Amino acid sequence: MSGLKADWQPTCSLDLLRLRAQTLQKIRQFFADRAVLEVETPLLGSAIGTDPQLDFFTTAYHWSPRQQTLFLQTSPEFAMKRLLAAGSGSIYQVCKAFRNGESGRFHNPEFTLLEWYRVGYNLSQLMGEVDELIALLFEGNVLQATQRVSYQSLFQQYTSLNPLVFSYQEYSAYAQGIGLVDAASICGQDHTMWLDFIFSHQIQPYIGNNKLCMVYGYPACMPSLARINENNAAITDRVELFINGVELGNGYFELSDAKEQEQRFDSEIAVRESTKRPAVIKDERLLAALGVGLPDCSGIAIGLDRILMLLSNSPVIDDVLAFSISKA
Amino acid sequence: MAVYSTSEFKAGLKVMLDNDPCAIIENEFVKPGKGQAFNRVKIRNLKTGRVIERTFKSGESLEGADVVDVDMQYLYNDGEYRHFMKPDTFEQYQADDKIVGDASKWLKDQDSCTITLWNDAPLAVTPANFVELAIVETDPGVRGDTSGGGGKPAKLDTGATVRVPLFVQIGEIIKVDTRTGEYISRVKE
Repeated sequence: MSGLKADWQPTCSLDLLRLRAQTLQKIRQFFADRAVLEVETPLLGSAIGTDPQLDFFTTAYHWSPRQQTLFLQTSPEFAMKRLLAAGSGSIYQVCKAFRNGESGRFHNPEFTLLEWYRVGYNLSQLMGEVDELIALLFEGNVLQATQRVSYQSLFQQYTSLNPLVFSYQEYSAYAQGIGLVDAASICGQDHTMWLDFIFSHQIQPYIGNNKLCMVYGYPACMPSLARINENNAAITDRVELFINGVELGNGYFELSDAKEQEQRFDSEIAVRESTKRPAVIKDERLLAALGVGLPDCSGIAIGLDRILMLLSNSPVIDDVLAFSISKA
Repeated sequence: MAVYSTSEFKAGLKVMLDNDPCAIIENEFVKPGKGQAFNRVKIRNLKTGRVIERTFKSGESLEGADVVDVDMQYLYNDGEYRHFMKPDTFEQYQADDKIVGDASKWLKDQDSCTITLWNDAPLAVTPANFVELAIVETDPGVRGDTSGGGGKPAKLDTGATVRVPLFVQIGEIIKVDTRTGEYISRVKE
């Protein structure tokens, strides 16, 4: 394609610009109808998520004579939670998020997120609303009935392995048996890495065939910012969305315990140090807000560019971006 | 030799994997939103020709392989080795049957072909896409049939057998596509 188009030209077609605009309109109408408030939060922040698998962009803020490092946000989550703690009620936002080093068919380091929080919703209620929004956005595309399935049963169905109990012997025998020769040397004794490896190679490509597949009940070793399930400490109240094998979003019944949040920050910071990832500054303002009290709520972030890829049958994310990173 | 990181893997890049020279065919970045990033790579082992799928943690790297394609002239077969020559430097290389493989049935003295060199030693031989060879054996055809329908087997002077139209006769030169093994046309001397 780059051979045919001059370098200054958009990477997407003009039709895609219109599809994006229509999709944004539908989203805004959807939330207006439900009295969910649209908000904006800073893309530049003085702190950043501690997620061990995310790399960020930093920039220098000059305000003579001071100079401060600011982080381009990997997600608007922390700022939105501070609004929730301040009593905003249910809120949503469409914004850019930035993740350094992520580039591929489904990744551009700068991308668009739709993120929203529902005060008083548990995870299952939020999944219901996600279902309605996806139905609206995919109007006329006739998706099949939505599937809700637990991480554990999905894993067992595709691999016969139990994702909640780590057994190096069973996991490595499985991987060897199906020709994933690199799994054992990459994953070693790291349970989470094994789950990521097997899920992304042997499960994800095959789920959500022409339908929305919502996978909930992620193992407790991959909690991110979700609460531990109150009836089963081996799983978390976390959900991920897939259509045609494409990961679209990640949602939680939000952790609101400031102490537990700080512990997760600290353990993630320790992991970052041991894997020599760039150092982060943990968000003390988020911890202070949680200390005052985050209302019980569920929230989710959806990658809008990937929704547009699915709506337009585009095989590459560049096809839905005005200018992908290579032309930015 | 240079070292390449997973983000630099692209189709055609030659790298060393398990001590064998390989060519990358396809590289897909796979990353669960909150999880470990991997690169799933389709790769061809240039020694065996086999295509395999491997996975790397994103950010890992492989050493480059000193593999180059060089146009050479095929000289002769001494029974054990086939000999080739770089036309510009007259440097000569030899390759045994294992390396020449299927290319042998298209190689005619003086014809040019592509030799893949790994650390300056032949690794594989690729004949020119089109070669012109003489028919040494075929059933007598039906005169006047120029439709090309049907066809018959014909043995060529290099030993290859291809299907040709009925009107093509022993002694004629034909043009063949070596990638498909298909007859293209007759060649007028």
